[in-house]
Amino acid sequence: MTVTPVLLLLLFPFIGVIINGFFGSRLGKITGVIGTLAIAASWLIAIFAIFLPVVGGAQLDQDLYEWIRSGTLSVSIGFHIDALAAVMILVVTTVSLFIHIYSIGYMRDDPGFFRFFTYLNLFVFAMLILVTANNYLMMFVGWEGVGLCSYLLIGFWYERKSAIDAGKKAFIVNRIGDFGFLLGLFTIFAAFGTFRFEEIFADAAMQSSGVLVAITLLLFVGAIGKSAQIPLYVWLPDAMEGPTPVSSLIHAATMVTAGVYMIARSAPLFDLAHVGLVVAWVGILTAFFAATMALVNNDLKRVLAYSTVSQLGYMFAGVGVGAYAAGIFHLMTHAFFKGLMFLTAGSVMHGMDDELDMRKMGGLRSKMPITFWTFLVGAIAIAGIPPFSGFWSKDEILYSAFQQQHLIWAIGLVTAGLTAFYMFRLIFMTFFGEPRYEESVHPHESPPVMTIPLILLAIPAALIGLVGIGGHNGWFARLLASHGDRGVEVATESVSALALMIPSVLVALFGIVLAYAIYGAHKLPILKLMAPPTGLKKLLVNRYYVDEIYDASIIQPIQFISKYVLWKVVDVGIIDGMVNLIGWLVRGIGSLLRLFQTGRVQAYALSVIIGITVILGYYLLLR
Amino acid sequence: MFLSLIVFLPLAGAAVIAIFARSHPEVAKGIALLTTLLTFAFSLFLYFGFQDTASMQFEERVPWIPSLGISYHLAIDGISLFLVLLTTFFGPICILAAWNSIQKNVPGFMIAFLFLQTGMLGVFCSLDMVLFYVFWEAMLIPMYFLIGIWGGEKRIYAAIKFVLYTMAGGALMLVAILALYVINGKITGNYTFNLLTIQQNMSQLGLSVRVEMFLFLAFFLSFAIKVPLFPFHTWLPDAHVEAPTVGSVILAGVLLKMGTYGMLRFCIPLFPTATFSAVPWISVLAIIGIIYGALVAMVQPDLKKLVAYSSVSHLGFVVLGLFALNSQGIQGGILQMVNHGLSTGALFLIVGMIYERRHTRLIADFGGLAKRMPIFATIFMIITFSSIGLPGLNGFVGEFLVLTGAFLSHKIYAVFAAIGVILAAVYMLWMFQRVVFGKLENPVNATLQDLSIREIALLVPVLLFIIFIGVYPHPFLSRMEASVEHLIQTVHQPVKIQSTVRLQEHRTNPATASLDGPSLSATIENADKLAFNE
Repeated sequence: MTVTPVLLLLLFPFIGVIINGFFGSRLGKITGVIGTLAIAASWLIAIFAIFLPVVGGAQLDQDLYEWIRSGTLSVSIGFHIDALAAVMILVVTTVSLFIHIYSIGYMRDDPGFFRFFTYLNLFVFAMLILVTANNYLMMFVGWEGVGLCSYLLIGFWYERKSAIDAGKKAFIVNRIGDFGFLLGLFTIFAAFGTFRFEEIFADAAMQSSGVLVAITLLLFVGAIGKSAQIPLYVWLPDAMEGPTPVSSLIHAATMVTAGVYMIARSAPLFDLAHVGLVVAWVGILTAFFAATMALVNNDLKRVLAYSTVSQLGYMFAGVGVGAYAAGIFHLMTHAFFKGLMFLTAGSVMHGMDDELDMRKMGGLRSKMPITFWTFLVGAIAIAGIPPFSGFWSKDEILYSAFQQQHLIWAIGLVTAGLTAFYMFRLIFMTFFGEPRYEESVHPHESPPVMTIPLILLAIPAALIGLVGIGGHNGWFARLLASHGDRGVEVATESVSALALMIPSVLVALFGIVLAYAIYGAHKLPILKLMAPPTGLKKLLVNRYYVDEIYDASIIQPIQFISKYVLWKVVDVGIIDGMVNLIGWLVRGIGSLLRLFQTGRVQAYALSVIIGITVILGYYLLLR
Repeated sequence: MFLSLIVFLPLAGAAVIAIFARSHPEVAKGIALLTTLLTFAFSLFLYFGFQDTASMQFEERVPWIPSLGISYHLAIDGISLFLVLLTTFFGPICILAAWNSIQKNVPGFMIAFLFLQTGMLGVFCSLDMVLFYVFWEAMLIPMYFLIGIWGGEKRIYAAIKFVLYTMAGGALMLVAILALYVINGKITGNYTFNLLTIQQNMSQLGLSVRVEMFLFLAFFLSFAIKVPLFPFHTWLPDAHVEAPTVGSVILAGVLLKMGTYGMLRFCIPLFPTATFSAVPWISVLAIIGIIYGALVAMVQPDLKKLVAYSSVSHLGFVVLGLFALNSQGIQGGILQMVNHGLSTGALFLIVGMIYERRHTRLIADFGGLAKRMPIFATIFMIITFSSIGLPGLNGFVGEFLVLTGAFLSHKIYAVFAAIGVILAAVYMLWMFQRVVFGKLENPVNATLQDLSIREIALLVPVLLFIIFIGVYPHPFLSRMEASVEHLIQTVHQPVKIQSTVRLQEHRTNPATASLDGPSLSATIENADKLAFNE
């Protein structure tokens, strides 16, 4: 076994887990540095030993060992590093590094400090397994591994019931998606006899379209769970119960995008199966509905959470219409600007005694200027104002969608307006206007260990979009060209990309202006903000009652049936009742028979006589 | 002699305790620990001395009652090897688990446990049907005492229920064994109870479909009760709840596997035609068990009952895998027997540990233990995820192979069984959260001590295997591979002779020419048709 860059990439976070996991309780605050150094090492490897060589055409594929073999089934632990994987590795390690540094400051006073860094390292390890895998089963290992870390980190403050409930909900809802992923895996094996990407993609054209449709839709169910799309998005807003760096790293920048990555990875299958429009529609509808819920929410982190769901929807719309490069491009820009915005939200919480209700904020711009300015960078990026990163990637998706179906583009455009509105509503409510917090709260800027990562993340959040200039013919698209960006062929140039940018920008500006008119132009009285919502707003504030509907239609009935029908009636009543009945019968017959075993000869003689009489009587009288 | 040594070493230990340490509890514990450790050490030689072939190894054969064709015949193959190892592995762990928790008549307990171990090892090693039956029934006696003497409040009810359930099955099996003996003797002139000989003769016996089915059912029922397969499972929750910790560990860890092992050793190879026609309803029962066990487990207020019902669900996976009748299904099923032994055995150890501290098993009495018992919480969590089937841990490999096997034989079975994968996360995580997470609100729990060195020591070996099998199952799968392939060939042989359709299948579709995959489902369909036509 030779030590390759990929192995080293995985090794460092793993060592971090081992050191912090076993000895962390005795190491104290140094665990944060250990965890961060591990990721820094992986980050350097990712840039210099993986990304740059792969861009230069280097081959880094490797089979480590045969993991499972049974009959014709053989699965290896092995790595396939192409441009797609290299981009993901770079995004994951970069964002992780900044968030690790930030966490040293953010989690400083937490008693679970070492546990936090252990889980965080474990997450990076699992996420890297997910993106480097050369086969679907190993991808599934990473997929479940990040799910485990998500569970552990959402419920990190395990004494809080809401936190552990949210963790459990995340894991179980993801398992429902995994149900689809698993069945997809079986279908893949039954059809191809292997899980290896390259073998599957090479043979894909030979398969019937029915099989391919089944495989891709089942895989997509998995993606719906992991990437929080309709109808399985319900876990992600609750996941905000976790520490904010976790929301940033796992529930915005990396893990939740795994579904998009998986579909981009499976591009040859999705192309042949022609199910892209299903993916695109689920994505764009999710983008829209999540954005509507973000419009009225007053919880700083939940607005960002619904925004994440919405942006993930864009990514699915992108890969769904065949613009894989655009989808991954948006994944990348989103990782930076949304990761940044969550960290700034954490910085706000840090200075506001963990307050999350924006109605109790206001005027924070002067108290925490770095936080404000970096957040503004993220907000402009997500709103889609050129030349900030989100503009390029979102526009790329909208442009590709326009080529396929105008309606998808139109919904996407409206959603872009909503996005700009809710983001600037957030900004005006939080950073502008009169302070609405209580006297006892003294907002202050965060320490440098937290603000420096903010500044460093703001740079790519602003500028990373430039790598995508040129659209389908741009540098980024050509880098991922091996991944069959279908948009290239479809682009009939009926409308030029430039022409479509104009409505995008206008809609975004309109959203910002509207937000200013409602939330920024005049003083916001706290009483008015606190008033109970009515009408449509009430529906939105209550998130369309989806959680309540799931609870009443699925969770409660299953629990009721399990307890009062299956257990109390079927198990205890019927099955055990039968068993006991047999027991009683045996005993009853036994005691009945015992009556005849009196031990008195006269009684036996009597029964003999009765017997003879009956038999004789039968023959004499009845025959 | 080596197998005999392993099988009877525990019994010898029991005899030593009975003679020399009847009134010295500490000595009795020492002897028991030493005996089980030695037994485990010896059994390791079985693993390393085992050749990766399908043949029966470490064979011993001595005439016992020659006039009736009964012999003392022991051997193991790649299937029984792991069950033997599982049994010996849990020996020292159980003794250590009982170290402080058993107060009443310690020497008696140790004697019963060692006796039980010999019984279980004998079951897994016997190739003579009478010998098998003797071990099968003999093992009931110590188990009866373990539950009936050292058990909980309703121990007598549970013990009797356990024994009666099992004996009802045993009686059926005895009838079937005798019938096979007579039929085989009459036709071949060789009156023998040798399982291998009878298995070879089966195709010449010319059993009618009805007789074969009847014999199959007799064996199958007795094993299904032991597994337990839905709807024969209601003895299990009672037995688990009333049994002492060690009783539950050994019950879940090893005893249940005697049922699934019996199916592999008797039902499938002896009666392939009946097996094929029974696949649909056995699979349906297994799937009902998977989902039903999970749902009922979900709403249990008692930790032990919850784990007991989860066993019904897990064993449903095992049975489903075995009756997929392909490499993945059977290998996955056997591996899952080991996995379930490890994870559920460990879960009962865990439950026992908090029961010793709090004398309650009600989930509602706990909550927030993570604060007081971080080591306990961490180990408990790893075991919980092993039971859920998280990739990277042992449960996933077994469950994945089982479901793959099921999918290849009948897609729809795998679809329904996979629902169990979701439900496992529901009931396990919910239970774990209510015990370990949350605020420590019950003041009684505020003084709990974390695990002692002894308790950690007996959980760590289990944890190591849980991780090892998850990351590198090869040493396990490779040992059983040849035996499983051999079994599959045995099953397919008679059908192959009768069916030419399958050969054509092979030619037209070379990709599936091996004994798994779509060709198998074709075979099963053929077998179904055959059974139907007759």
